[in-house]
Amino acid sequence: MQVPAPVEYERARSVDEAIALLERYGPDARLIAGGHSLIPMMKLRLARPEVVIDINDLSELAYVRREGDELRIGATARHRHLLESPVAFEYYPIFRDAERVIADPIVRNRGTVGGSICQADPSEDLSAAFAAVGAVMVIRSSAGERLVPDADFHRGAYTTAVGDGEMLVEVRVPIRPGCGSAYEKVERRVGDWAVAAAGACLTLEDGTIVGAGVGLAAVNAEHFRSEEAESLLVGGPATEERFAAAASAAAASCNPVADQRGPVDYKRHLAGELSLRALRRAAARAEGQEA
Amino acid sequence: MQVTMTVNGEAVTRDVEPRLLLVHFIRDVLGLTGTHWGCDTSNCGTCVLWMDGEPVKSCTVLTPMAGGRTIRTVEDLERDGTLDPIQQGFIEEHGLQCGFCTPGMMMTCRHLLDHDPHPSDEEIRVAISGQICRCTGYENVVRAVRWAADHPADSHGAQQEVRA
Repeated sequence: MQVPAPVEYERARSVDEAIALLERYGPDARLIAGGHSLIPMMKLRLARPEVVIDINDLSELAYVRREGDELRIGATARHRHLLESPVAFEYYPIFRDAERVIADPIVRNRGTVGGSICQADPSEDLSAAFAAVGAVMVIRSSAGERLVPDADFHRGAYTTAVGDGEMLVEVRVPIRPGCGSAYEKVERRVGDWAVAAAGACLTLEDGTIVGAGVGLAAVNAEHFRSEEAESLLVGGPATEERFAAAASAAAASCNPVADQRGPVDYKRHLAGELSLRALRRAAARAEGQEA
Repeated sequence: MQVTMTVNGEAVTRDVEPRLLLVHFIRDVLGLTGTHWGCDTSNCGTCVLWMDGEPVKSCTVLTPMAGGRTIRTVEDLERDGTLDPIQQGFIEEHGLQCGFCTPGMMMTCRHLLDHDPHPSDEEIRVAISGQICRCTGYENVVRAVRWAADHPADSHGAQQEVRA
């Protein structure tokens, strides 16, 4: 039987209360929402918080909505909310692509967007999707809010910019006219972590790429993205040749490790091929050719 | 710590360690052993029950996280000696062999049919994709759900009204 070590339990009923509890208990406290990463880690003693602070009641953060020219996703929005959100799909179909292959429907009922990206697992799909779309994370403490660009949010495996006494409260994604996005993943079986995955976001103006994001999951890409691929895309036409060059750059820029999901060469091949497929679909969507 | 929740329509209060997993609370503290305990890693889905109307894997919920919430377990499917159509469907279509995955399967599929009374085979397979059955190859599980969809018993509708 796998059981967590003894732990205290607190329930927060507002963001302010959650932050006050984080300040009171210090670095040995962990926020818990869906719990589908933290509880298994507690069972294995990979995480040993002295207290868990339950934020499932923070419905004030359970939203996916448009505000001005941004898509805003609250930290306690469940995976299912993002998967089924019409407004997220309208502007960023990449999130539906990714959510459909994250875990399974039961886990998606519980797991939260904020929990996933704060877990910062190197194979986490939303981290690659947010890297591709250039998201901005909103981190709150008793001193106020600060905005952290996605590229500065992840500090390596399982480590983020969220400090003691702070919590991630929102993810913001700028809404860009002429933008298309897509996510492609290869997994061993339904609901598994990716062997490799790639997300792409392209903004087109009169056939020219004016903005590009390429995100990669599970292949040890720095900050879940390939700047090398992005720089090869911006400023020219959306052609198959340029996508292929960018995909090759994405494959070359990552640094996968061999494990039970596959050898290095296979994962690197997937990083390139999935980047290529994601770029094609993103471009087709930007041009209105595919829903 | 003291935890109070509603389980199958009854309020229960118990003193528990916060680290106690909901699946063990339901089985070992309340004695409701219909909910099975399987992989312990939220992969197999045999521990699925409903929390506030949504299927969840109870091996990955701490008992105090269920405090104040409403739990429904597989024991609540049968009413007054009448099986729920989903239970009858598993009988009619041999949706089980060893039966280990069945409680979780039925709770997930009851929820599916409550929200989508006529799912396609593909939708049924997606709905149970977080649950593992090593006997049936899933084919008979899909048939069982289809049987239940085709036989929405009147009594079930009456139960729904009572519950509402």
